[in-house]
Amino acid sequence: MRYLRLLWTFFRVGAMGELAYRANFFVQLLESLLELGTAIAGLAVIFTYTENLGGWKPDEVLALLGVFFLVGGAIRFMIQPSMEQLIESVRDGTLDFTFAKPESAQVLVSMQRVDIWKLIDVGLGIGVLAVALGRLGAHVSTAQALTFAATLLAGGVIAYSFWMILATSAFWFVRVENILMIFQSMYEAGRWPVSIYPGWLRVALTFIVPVAFAVTVPAEALAGKLTWRTLIGAWAFAAGLFILAHLFWRAGTRRYSGASA
Amino acid sequence: MRGLVELYVQQFKTSLASMLQYRAALVIWLIGHVLDPLIYLVVWSAVSRSRGGSVGAYGTAEFAAYFIVLMLVNHATYTWIMYEYEYRVRHGTLSFALLRPVHPIHSDIADNISSKVVTLPLILAAAAVLALVFRPVFHPVPWAVAAFAPALLLAFVLRFLMEWMLALAAFWTTRVSAINQAYFIAMLFLSGQMAPLALLPRPLQLIADALPFRWTTSFPVELLLGRVDFPLALAGIGVQIAWLLLFLVLLRLVWRAGVRVYSAVGA
Repeated sequence: MRYLRLLWTFFRVGAMGELAYRANFFVQLLESLLELGTAIAGLAVIFTYTENLGGWKPDEVLALLGVFFLVGGAIRFMIQPSMEQLIESVRDGTLDFTFAKPESAQVLVSMQRVDIWKLIDVGLGIGVLAVALGRLGAHVSTAQALTFAATLLAGGVIAYSFWMILATSAFWFVRVENILMIFQSMYEAGRWPVSIYPGWLRVALTFIVPVAFAVTVPAEALAGKLTWRTLIGAWAFAAGLFILAHLFWRAGTRRYSGASA
Repeated sequence: MRGLVELYVQQFKTSLASMLQYRAALVIWLIGHVLDPLIYLVVWSAVSRSRGGSVGAYGTAEFAAYFIVLMLVNHATYTWIMYEYEYRVRHGTLSFALLRPVHPIHSDIADNISSKVVTLPLILAAAAVLALVFRPVFHPVPWAVAAFAPALLLAFVLRFLMEWMLALAAFWTTRVSAINQAYFIAMLFLSGQMAPLALLPRPLQLIADALPFRWTTSFPVELLLGRVDFPLALAGIGVQIAWLLLFLVLLRLVWRAGVRVYSAVGA
């Protein structure tokens, strides 16, 4: 509960900062719409030749695209800006101030910066998802909706933990912005069903850069393709990665000596 | 002329030294540039499998050949100048380049070529790995392979001039990201990045013929793969030269106008 209030405060601060630059809203909207339009046009070209991409129907791939936007927007809304800030503050020593605050430092660094305009992507993703589900005519059962929410949450935890592990490597290597860029380019692969990738790449996209859990698995839940094994596997993986991220954070902070102090 | 040669030699030396300092960044760059064609190769392979092995004139092995050659041609013609210029103008570092007695484009050309020399072994290794995994099939035509060299060179110069000119938009606006994005979308569809142009709807193909984008990448790719007949190859090289001349003239005008608007902020 306290964390929710903290989150709300950070959100308000981020919003106040950005609302001074309202034109950014339209720039972001334009860019997001262009990106979405490009993705849909690409799908249109591909689906003039086939009705089945790795076992997925056109509208199911559209739903996948919706989840891709939704999750990507959520990551860029809070996880990515906060982690970039963390890397920055490890380098210049401003992390000192975070430790001085009477709150769990890991919680603070994880939500310290929000980019409110990225909520546009979240909104567009939900919109695409709604359209895709409408076209599928899928009567989404309560069970499906619940498993979707559960896998989406697991995917969020996995994405957060993965970014956290990457960002905490700054305690050892200092300059790690480049590592974050790898994740961004790998995330692009998640806009397609992971089932089309050759085995070695599928493994990499599932466990090394866990795009599959963040995007494909929730979409599978909505399309009714999800097995119990995947659901349990996703949660086990999320729990394991979350603990690992916490261990990384603890080891890293113990190493941190405060460059500015 | 001798002065220019000496200038390039010096510029190569300094940019090679600085490229080798940022090896990690080069590897990251490589991952991005292998991943894009790899993803579309995988997607089209899946499409072709679902149709029993081929889409139009492309079978699974031909897709592999197309996207691997595309990756190499992209490596040869790629620039990152648009990101660079925004920074230069916003931070005022362009002022120093303007003080030098030669046109700033020369140091950019030297930078571009030396970074590619450094990364060439990496991209060739990536191409070899992709070839082992995806088993491409080539049907080389001797004259077309010979014509590939000038076509690639023209493609490089053309793309360089086009993107350098686009980068100059930074003189007039600080929001270049939307402009860049529009450009990348045009490149994605019209230069054969997401699919061989022959697979796009007919109207898009006609647009692609009329605009400069395809002449910077997909034309040399298709030439090397033996998918262009002789008259079309000649016409293509002619179109490349025409665009190149046009961009040379435009670049002069835009550069002059841009430098006049530029008012070094923060230098």
